[in-house]
Amino acid sequence: MMALRAILLRDMRLAVRVGGGALIGVLFFLVVVTLIPLAVGPNLVLLKRIGPAILWLGALLASLLALDRLFAADHEDGSLDLILMGSAPLELTVAAKGLAHWITTGLPLVVAVPVLGLLLDLDPLAIGAVALTLLVGTPAITFIGLIGAAIAVVLRRGGLLLPVLVLPLTVPVLIFGVSAAEAVIVGPASFATPFTILCALTLASLVIGPAAAAATLRHGLD
Amino acid sequence: MALIDLANPTRFLVLAERVLPWLMAATLFAFAIGLTQSALAPDDYQQGATVKIMFLHVPSAWLGMFCWGLMSVAALGTLVWRHPLADVAAKAAAPIGAAFTFLCLFTGAMWGRPMWGTYWVWDARLTSELILLIMYFGVIALWRTVENPSDAARVVAIVTLVGAIDLPIIKFSVDWWNTLHQPESVFRMGGPTIDKSLLVPLFAMVIAFTLLFVTLHIAAMRNEILRRRVRGMLMLQARGQEA
Repeated sequence: MMALRAILLRDMRLAVRVGGGALIGVLFFLVVVTLIPLAVGPNLVLLKRIGPAILWLGALLASLLALDRLFAADHEDGSLDLILMGSAPLELTVAAKGLAHWITTGLPLVVAVPVLGLLLDLDPLAIGAVALTLLVGTPAITFIGLIGAAIAVVLRRGGLLLPVLVLPLTVPVLIFGVSAAEAVIVGPASFATPFTILCALTLASLVIGPAAAAATLRHGLD
Repeated sequence: MALIDLANPTRFLVLAERVLPWLMAATLFAFAIGLTQSALAPDDYQQGATVKIMFLHVPSAWLGMFCWGLMSVAALGTLVWRHPLADVAAKAAAPIGAAFTFLCLFTGAMWGRPMWGTYWVWDARLTSELILLIMYFGVIALWRTVENPSDAARVVAIVTLVGAIDLPIIKFSVDWWNTLHQPESVFRMGGPTIDKSLLVPLFAMVIAFTLLFVTLHIAAMRNEILRRRVRGMLMLQARGQEA
């Protein structure tokens, strides 16, 4: 437990120090959300309609941004070897690293949603719905991404492969996240059904992600 | 005293300590005048009291752009003249400029809600101002990515000069495109179109904001010099322990 806490705190500290990418994700999110209205045109009615989808896509891409460094940095300075040899179960260590990554990169995206929602002319209820679905959904993206991050460190140049491998796996999260958020805005479908499925997907990925990533690291690095 | 005399950081620190109290006093005085003038200014016949948001909005917009201009000059100072304080000036200016640009967007949103019926529209003036804010964030992030400030300085200087393209786009966006944002009404051919009763407080606030910027900037430059000294001492200390 002590070891996991230490890893969690260390990763969070590294993320906010010089060279850490904690807030780059939010900046990327802002840029994506700025570019889409420039591409589809400034029609506020249209933007209001596709706003939840834009925010979800932006958050999805932004959470993948720093993911390839998650284990790679530890591999370069040797601390990953220590983690692998340590007494704490690798699955839990990987989960702790994933949690630290989500707190420093995923959570700021959720916090940024109210501001970005205003740019897309979403009303407060819609902004609340998008923020809530992202709060529940982004951990799933990060934890599924752990698998890609592990592959990125095992394979040379795996970093380029990461989005290609991870994005297809996040499709269900995207579908149910957007449909829950849109249920609030356009109706008539219920919010509860897609939202519960989204919660289930997140809970499942909390288990599957660390287990698969730990297995990849174990088999790939010996 | 020429600009090159300030190249010595110690001399700059002495000068900063001497002028800062005066600058602070001048800023407070200017704000006292500017805010009373703003409070006493008459309401607009169409916009009512909301027109007074202008007294915060216009100076912030001006300083957000002025600050990038200052950073561009400092970037030239870094690249061309190798002035030792140029990158200190550029680094200290970035967060202040970002703050004023944000203030401009924020007050604009507060003004837009009652007048246009929306916090935000994607018109040329607003979008180019948002791009300026994003570029400020990018430059701040770039400063924070490279550990050694003098290495970061050259890269940031190049990015700053490229980003300066946005300044004329912001300035002329209301003339080039048909925008919801009102066209230029202060500095234009044929004199300002704003009534004198609103123009006087506006200029008072612009002076107050500019003084505030200069004060904050010199204080931030002083802090940056001291921060680099602390860093240098810590490095020396660490090297001493190693030996």
